[in-house]
Amino acid sequence: MNPLWFAQIGAVLRLEMKKTFFARRGLWIYLLAFSPVALYGAHSFNELRQGRLCDFGEDTNIFAGVFQIFYLRLAVYFGCVGIFMNLFRGEMLNKSLHYYFLAPLRREVLLAGKYLAGLLVAIVVFSLSTLVQFAAMYAHYDSNTVRAYLLESGGAAHLAAYLGATVLACIGYGSVFLAAGVLFRNPIVPAGLILVWEAINAFLPAILQKFSVIYYLKSLCPIQIPANSAPPLSLITINVDPMPAYIAVPGLLALAAVVLALASLRVRKMEINYATD
Amino acid sequence: MTAGPRQIVFENVSKFYGEVLGVNRVNLSIPPGITSLVGPNGSGKTTLMNLMTGLIQPTRGRISILGLTASQPEEFFREVGYCTQFDSFPKGLTGYQFVYSFLRLYGCAHAEADRLAWNSIERVDLVEAAHRKIAGYSKGMRQRIKLAQATCHGPSVLILDEPLNGLDPLVRAETIALFRTLAQEGMHVIISSHILHEVDAISDQVILLSNGYVVAEGQIRGVRNEMQEHPMQILIRCNKPGELASKVFTQDHVVEAQIHKDGKGLLVKTRDADRFYLMLNHIAMNGVNIESVAPADDDVNSVYEYLIGPEESK
Repeated sequence: MNPLWFAQIGAVLRLEMKKTFFARRGLWIYLLAFSPVALYGAHSFNELRQGRLCDFGEDTNIFAGVFQIFYLRLAVYFGCVGIFMNLFRGEMLNKSLHYYFLAPLRREVLLAGKYLAGLLVAIVVFSLSTLVQFAAMYAHYDSNTVRAYLLESGGAAHLAAYLGATVLACIGYGSVFLAAGVLFRNPIVPAGLILVWEAINAFLPAILQKFSVIYYLKSLCPIQIPANSAPPLSLITINVDPMPAYIAVPGLLALAAVVLALASLRVRKMEINYATD
Repeated sequence: MTAGPRQIVFENVSKFYGEVLGVNRVNLSIPPGITSLVGPNGSGKTTLMNLMTGLIQPTRGRISILGLTASQPEEFFREVGYCTQFDSFPKGLTGYQFVYSFLRLYGCAHAEADRLAWNSIERVDLVEAAHRKIAGYSKGMRQRIKLAQATCHGPSVLILDEPLNGLDPLVRAETIALFRTLAQEGMHVIISSHILHEVDAISDQVILLSNGYVVAEGQIRGVRNEMQEHPMQILIRCNKPGELASKVFTQDHVVEAQIHKDGKGLLVKTRDADRFYLMLNHIAMNGVNIESVAPADDDVNSVYEYLIGPEESK
């Protein structure tokens, strides 16, 4: 790979960080990402006040349910909508995309730089939230119980799997929404359509299921939600045919690569016509 | 049309926005120097500039700048700088960050980007405001920081869409002087403007546009000379305008002569300016004291008016 491209990707990354991610308009993404922390914090606080009434296994199932139904499917999903769709669309609305198009960099390199910038932010924010959520959920247990869970009952592997699923969700949804921001003028429509597509994934024919991000993420979540735990929402998390991680991870990365390749084709032909955007 | 490698070449270029015409069948070969694109709003000036820089793609035809096309961005945009008319900037940046950050996209290391950024900012006289957010700049300052960003990498071709908008008279004069300096250094400076007298003062050549078509191109005097259906108007300031009128009327190429209302000049319309000037030399040697001779309608304004009519040229 051309060394200039690395320098240019670095330059795009720095510029995006400076002008986009520390802006006030991104505040809702951080609030959304950390909202489960407030929920678990309140739960732990309540348990501590009432003298630890709940059961460790039940908390683990609740965490798994909230992670799959709310966090992956809504918080990370909409967080990625906010971060990645704005990378191109936001600049079109702000009428500042032409500065990039007038620089001596290939548009594919620009797309890669913007994607990596979005990915870096999404991974930092959502992985940090996953970690803090995990800590907040079990904060009301004594340290010996938590240590035993982490070291002897597979808790550390669960945490690693949740973090891995979060990172892969950012990679998958990031690519999809970056492409949507390039392809569509109104982001609400594709965001809504993709949300429905992801929600009905469990009911689609096997071949179509593979064209969604959640299909791969479900297999990576360490704990299956019992079907009767939170009906009817638990139905959408059913994974009748879970795939091993060695297929799910490359599968999701391949899906993201294909989507980004399609987006780069579109970006190459993109025109600056702010009046119609 | 001969197109050298140091030229900007349009080959049968058309651009349609759906069914709306942007520009049609444009064939141009633009040499170095200051070239102005002239025409009223909607005539196709910005479309031509956006086509040159690849911000939009032609529906038909081919465009190259110095032998390069915008589909080779890594080489092309080292040679080309474009100051658009969009009054918008990446959010949250200071003037310095704006120029510096985009220089990093050229692959410049920190020290070089820093040096080039300050050189460019200094050239547009914004050093003191460089660390202020662009959002707090005046219109003139925003125009100047855009100019700094477009020129910071030392391009060979500088494209400027309405570059003097928002500048006060002093800065305007300084900016025009800067364009002249850049053109004298061998740079292509392409300027669009709808203010004709401004263009007249600074251009080496003009491209006149109307409704998406190029209606004339070249040095303004050359374009004017080719308009045989409109005799050239020449104002002669002299002490004996009546005597001068009787003498010039003997020439077959003179079609009209009017004594100026102050009685101290004669406005002549001729179909052959060269022969007229030659004749004027003889007359001057024969007792008529001529103070000044000046073409009265070989400016962009008149040419544009002749070509597309007085209403449309406004």
